[in-house]
Amino acid sequence: MSGLLSSSIARKVAMALSALFLVFFLIIHLAVNITSLFSESVFNELSHFMGTNPLIQFALQPVLIFGVVFHFVMGFVLELKNKSARTIKYVNYNGAANASWMSRNMIYSGLAILAFIAIHFLDFWIPELKYKYVEFLPSDPNRYFHELHEKFANPLRVGAYVTAFVFLALHLLHGFQSAFQSMGFNNKYTKTVKIIGHLYAVIIPLGFIIIALFHYFNH
Amino acid sequence: MNLTLKIWRQKGPEDKGGMVTYKVTDISEHMSFLEMMDVLNESLVAKDEEPVAFDHDCREGICGMCSLHINGESHGPDKGITTCQLHMRMFKDGETITIEPWRANAFPVIKDLIVDRMAFERIQQAGGFISVNTSGNTQDANAIPISKHSADLSMDAASCIGCGACVATCKNSSAMLFVAAKVSQFALLPQGKIEAADRVKNMVTQMDLEGFGNCTNTGACEVECPKGISIENIARMNREYLRATL
Repeated sequence: MSGLLSSSIARKVAMALSALFLVFFLIIHLAVNITSLFSESVFNELSHFMGTNPLIQFALQPVLIFGVVFHFVMGFVLELKNKSARTIKYVNYNGAANASWMSRNMIYSGLAILAFIAIHFLDFWIPELKYKYVEFLPSDPNRYFHELHEKFANPLRVGAYVTAFVFLALHLLHGFQSAFQSMGFNNKYTKTVKIIGHLYAVIIPLGFIIIALFHYFNH
Repeated sequence: MNLTLKIWRQKGPEDKGGMVTYKVTDISEHMSFLEMMDVLNESLVAKDEEPVAFDHDCREGICGMCSLHINGESHGPDKGITTCQLHMRMFKDGETITIEPWRANAFPVIKDLIVDRMAFERIQQAGGFISVNTSGNTQDANAIPISKHSADLSMDAASCIGCGACVATCKNSSAMLFVAAKVSQFALLPQGKIEAADRVKNMVTQMDLEGFGNCTNTGACEVECPKGISIENIARMNREYLRATL
């Protein structure tokens, strides 16, 4: 077991597992947010449940934060290790000749997503913590839709969100199938996994973009 | 063809090295790339200059000795070949060609374009074999039932010539395609399965000790591999490793 945790393959598998966990989380997040397009009350109800249910707040949320932090930290560790494996660079290196832009630039699309998460936390998570645990404001099950709607009044914020989700799509276009390859799944189903991965990489970010634009244009 | 060559020159392992520009003239488009290098070296020798050191042996695309990172690609712009099988018709008259050694800390430069690929040998010594006495009393291999599918996959993996293009082209200098090919060729056959768990653990441990980078599944290695070895082998190695370790 100790060998597994310290080897290059273990690091690949750990990245893949944390990635698939985040892939699953994004589906849940989008499923909740998409209701804001159709029903203020359903969105408020779901948000209130997510924000007050003790299992979600004190069990699943810490797991999610660990998953996000782990994926980013491991990503940076791997990038630094990989860079240190070739200290004298090529004068001429044509990476585009044999690999996609997405696969060669996961660290940059990842950094863009990290920057977005910082903004996203400042926008929603920190105010939420302040509301509940600093100011001890009374529980209001009808505040969530209004808060979301108001955030997307600022065109700069909407632009930043849309840009970040484009980077998320680029990250997922390589990352989804790559996670399966890292875990050893490369067989007759690989073509199907690639198709599902590409669909996921487009549909999920597009869903978030539509939500941001919908609220912006409905002001 | 008249060409400008920008070649990495390095007197020895401790020398800093740098790119040096040369001109070659009257190069036939039918020449192989290494024959073009021979023409350059003949002209250098005629001028009492040190010829460019580069690796080569069979010049038939089967030994894995030739290397060279040409115009930003391992084994040059053509696909599925070694450098000895690269022909000058792939280049244009008047073109400037950059020629560099394989770059990876695990493949240190010995001289000019020659690198030390003993790291691959040490990985092989860690487990790339079967511990069977083959001195005359072995069972007839044809007596052991093996599916055609497994035999074909094993043969595909065994076609790896250990040239190192996978490491050289990988943005992470990862050796996983090489190690995966060596692990797979044995893991797919009954004779190799017996030691499969120890083999994969030992070879991956040695690979990590040699300082190769981590695979990020860009797939560049399988594109540049002169033998077309698939990254399916890397997935198989990952499975073998997880099975052996957990």
